Amino acid sequence: MDSNGVAETPADIRREIASLEKVKAEIDHRISALRVRLTSYGSVNGNEVANSSAPRPEQTLLSGQLSPDMIYRYSRHLLLPSFGVEAQANLLKCSVLVIGAGGLGSPALLYLAACGIGCVGIVDHDVVELNNLHRQIIHTEAYIGRSKVESAAAACRAINSSVQIVEHREAFRTSNALEIVRKYDIVVDATDNVPSRYMISDCCVVLGKPLISGAALGLEGQLTVYNYKGGPCYRCLFPTPPPTTACQRCADSGVLGVVPGVIGCLQALEAIKVAGAVGEPLSGRMLLLDALSARIRVVKIRGRSPQCEACGENAKLTEEQFCNFDYEKFTQSPLSTSPLKLHLLPSEARITSKEYNERNLKGEAHVLVDVRPSHHYKIISLPKSMNIPLASLEARLSEVSAALAREEGHKKDDDNQSASLYVICRRGNDSQRAVQYLHKMGFASAKDIIGGLESWAHDVDPSFPTY
Amino acid sequence: MQLTLEFGGGLELLCDSVKIHNVNVEPQAEGKKLTMKHLLSWVRTNLIKERPEMFMKGDTVRPGVLVLVNDCDWELSGQLETVLEEKDAVVFISTLHGG
Ligand SMILES: [Zn+2]
Repeated sequence: MDSNGVAETPADIRREIASLEKVKAEIDHRISALRVRLTSYGSVNGNEVANSSAPRPEQTLLSGQLSPDMIYRYSRHLLLPSFGVEAQANLLKCSVLVIGAGGLGSPALLYLAACGIGCVGIVDHDVVELNNLHRQIIHTEAYIGRSKVESAAAACRAINSSVQIVEHREAFRTSNALEIVRKYDIVVDATDNVPSRYMISDCCVVLGKPLISGAALGLEGQLTVYNYKGGPCYRCLFPTPPPTTACQRCADSGVLGVVPGVIGCLQALEAIKVAGAVGEPLSGRMLLLDALSARIRVVKIRGRSPQCEACGENAKLTEEQFCNFDYEKFTQSPLSTSPLKLHLLPSEARITSKEYNERNLKGEAHVLVDVRPSHHYKIISLPKSMNIPLASLEARLSEVSAALAREEGHKKDDDNQSASLYVICRRGNDSQRAVQYLHKMGFASAKDIIGGLESWAHDVDPSFPTY
Repeated sequence: MQLTLEFGGGLELLCDSVKIHNVNVEPQAEGKKLTMKHLLSWVRTNLIKERPEMFMKGDTVRPGVLVLVNDCDWELSGQLETVLEEKDAVVFISTLHGG
């Protein structure tokens, strides 16, 4: 559109979409609220008593407290002999808290809302980002930059306006954990880091809530139910936290979107079994999914450990102990998902991406080594950089020397400085490790580029892709 | 003794990214039984190609690694003392935290 003769820009369109989306979300929210109020009169489809001229006979609601609309909506559940009215009525009376509205939480929330869990709570402090959408299928492009909880809640209400959706737009911490979890019957752990997993498990032990725990990374997934009817808790299985180097994150190692999708669906399934009181929940067993080889293995795991520091016989964790426990210190990892920032080098061994850009533009003779793994290098790299992954640096030092010698050869005669050596990686951690090693091996002038390619994209070239 | 060893949850990266290894391991001494303790040191010597500290700590697996003997947690069969039989399947899996 070009109504006033003023050229319209994509930014204008985006702004208008954003403002309309906001209005739409508010209207949706009001409609959902009205629908819920309507449900309390017995119907949402316009067939309620008030509109009917004939007096409605007294209804006897058999075994479940299901309204006519609920009977229609959940009819396929009710028709299942092994589920039926009783299990459905159990779902409607149950409340489930999903911690994390990401790759696992997305499908879990969609199914929990759709199946008629009476009250679904969502905890997350994050906002929706474009690189989430390949796996966090509850969110849409329209919600980029907005709260994940707000986005997930709107999607759940759109599917089922008759369930109560509670938004907890905050980080899950020991300071609010007890207060939040206390209100729910079942907890779904859909988080992405080690300290949260210990904290959520301990919180569930303290409050006696069953915990449906899922995890996914790369092409593998894991699922189990903790603290259910005398079964083990997370600490029974993992009394000591793993070394931080063993804790990979999706943001570093990658994840095939559908893998957390499968695990999240299975988490919904286990939550439905526990809530509906049907079947055998996956307690004392663990499901292992290997997506590449299409294998699902269910293994038997240990039971509750009498020595467990959370649920063991001698060490019943109290609410106060829980609140004072430092999970970040215990696991040596941060609760927030912000990436690690190392400081290994003195400032004279580092330069900013802007400075590197200036030196490069001036034509300074130099070698730029990119120490990321080669599959990262293939995504995007700086021109003239050479890829020597950190893991193979030791074996390929001669290539660095050869490249430096080549640069020395190209130098102008009046330049008596030797060629410089710069090291870059994705965020500026591995480059520091590499420079530390290079210094040790005699490359005294090696410098790392602070903040890596992310800072290049941020400070030098905004069109440089990040991932 | 024929065994099938499997590495998962990222541990396969320590052995050339190969997940399944069909191996032949003999007990420490003639007439003795093969235990998990001996198998672990065998794996460390023969299969682990890098960062052994990501696999073991002391004489056992590092924290965060589940060991399954024939799809059963080794805690239930005696951990390091578990006695292995011909054609047993042993799985080493690192617990995942992502989501
Ligand atoms: Zn426990």
